[in-house]
Amino acid sequence: MADTNPAVPLVALRRICKSFHGAAALCDIDFCLYPGEVVALLGDNGAGKSTLVKILSGVITADSGEMRIKGEAADIRRFTVKAARGLGVETVHQDRSLGEKQPLWRNVFMGRHRTNRLGFIDVARERAETLDILHGRLGLRGPGLNADAEVGVLSGGERQGLAIGRAMHFQADIVILDEPTTALSLTEVGKVLEFIGQVRAEGKACLFVSHNMAHAYMAADRFFLLDRGACIGQYAKSELSQEGLLRALMDAASGRVGA
Amino acid sequence: MSASSRSFVRTFGPQIGVTILLAVLLSVFMIASPQTFLGARIYLSFLSTIPFTTLLALGLTFCVAAGEMDLSFPSVMAISGLAFASVFTACGSAALGVAAALATGVLAGLLNGFLVVGVGVPSIIATIGTQFFWRGAAIVLADGLALNLVDVRETATYDLLVGRLFGVIPAHSLWCLGLTVVLWYVMHRHVFGDALLFVGDNYRAAKMMGVAVNRARYGLFMFMGGLSAFVAVLICLEMANWWPTQGEGYLLLVFASVFIGGTSVFGGKATIYGTVVGSIIIGIIEAGIIAAGLAGFWTRLVYGLIIIVSVSVHALVLKTKRE
Repeated sequence: MADTNPAVPLVALRRICKSFHGAAALCDIDFCLYPGEVVALLGDNGAGKSTLVKILSGVITADSGEMRIKGEAADIRRFTVKAARGLGVETVHQDRSLGEKQPLWRNVFMGRHRTNRLGFIDVARERAETLDILHGRLGLRGPGLNADAEVGVLSGGERQGLAIGRAMHFQADIVILDEPTTALSLTEVGKVLEFIGQVRAEGKACLFVSHNMAHAYMAADRFFLLDRGACIGQYAKSELSQEGLLRALMDAASGRVGA
Repeated sequence: MSASSRSFVRTFGPQIGVTILLAVLLSVFMIASPQTFLGARIYLSFLSTIPFTTLLALGLTFCVAAGEMDLSFPSVMAISGLAFASVFTACGSAALGVAAALATGVLAGLLNGFLVVGVGVPSIIATIGTQFFWRGAAIVLADGLALNLVDVRETATYDLLVGRLFGVIPAHSLWCLGLTVVLWYVMHRHVFGDALLFVGDNYRAAKMMGVAVNRARYGLFMFMGGLSAFVAVLICLEMANWWPTQGEGYLLLVFASVFIGGTSVFGGKATIYGTVVGSIIIGIIEAGIIAAGLAGFWTRLVYGLIIIVSVSVHALVLKTKRE
């Protein structure tokens, strides 16, 4: 097992449990994420990957367990999206979480607008920051591509770029990417993997959920395997070839069939 | 067409369309009955009648933008108007009556919010229920009788809300204008409007991204209730009367105003300007028809035609046809 890093983990989960209507979705999960590390969360459909991602990003709360972010204990019952962001956790959800009929600037600041005390939005500032993201971080230029363009005019890759650019813009220490390479072209996948490398180089951490074993193996330093809500092992990249990783997952799946 | 002019039409298509429609209608009316439509009197009379529809339609625009419906507002008007009339009759203070009406409207909205957000009944169904409930409650509480409010004309509240500025301009038209500006800012520049647009556009994403979706939806129904109550007060003051069927005629006219204006029933988009122009169109049709010498029977037919044509044009411009 690979959990021998001496640094203080950015994320430390202990005995996290979550059930929906009496059915356990996650059971006794222990998980750590260290600075400068990229961990791939792997498992079959229904393994509990999305549940874990949603707990970490504050969309749902765990039933029990302990959670420490950057060494500080967090109240699992009050760990909302807002609380997660406040602690530097940014999430790019599977569906990109964008409002297609809304302009880009509204999407960038969705749920956390720059407002005055009365709640009115500083649109000029948000537009300027949005242009920074478009031009600076994403290198997106083109006719009709401005802060007021609707998300509906963007391609799938551009939408993924916007969702990632949004996460980067808010200075995350912990970036969670849920299926970021699904339905992307090869060059777009390249951009996503490049971004993950950038997160690692900056000493931040990334949790990366993927169905695509090749992408996961390329991007990650460590693999965390889930099956039916339980951790069935974690391996450092040095311990395992891509074939070995695939075999470990297949064994878990066939174990399920046999049981 | 260049890319920028195409995006201009895409963004402002509904507003342009509804403005042209109003201009055409006014021109037709001016040609058909110049005596009426080239004088100031008819417009002053519009200023006293149209603001009621406009204000209600503005409230409904917020609902539709969030992908919600409120069919209960005519009955919320009746129960809030009754609160105003009863408090004024009992203690003689119109200001206190206004406060009672607003509180009633907001509470009725809170009930809608609870049914929709708390219980999970779709708003179009929940508000059919509360629509009957509040109408019934108003009729039962008032024994089915109207309340005469002639004395209200002597109050300062009357002058402030529906008095005539310089003896001619209805104060409620100015209230309507002011509220229109405020509501534009709330819709397009405030986090409340932003939350509603995202709720209407992509509820799941809004929730995932930390938008306070439930608070926004509760707020929406309470806002609609409060606004309905305000309009009910204006009507009670203007007519110096409360009656049990008050507000009933507004339901379809208000919906028509919103959709003629170009706000999409699919949610996520709203135009305050379109709604205001839509309510003006709805407000001038009847007078235009009668001034042109046609019988009042024609009114509904023309309403129907204009609604059908304008929503068809919006559908074509916004390409909402399912391929």
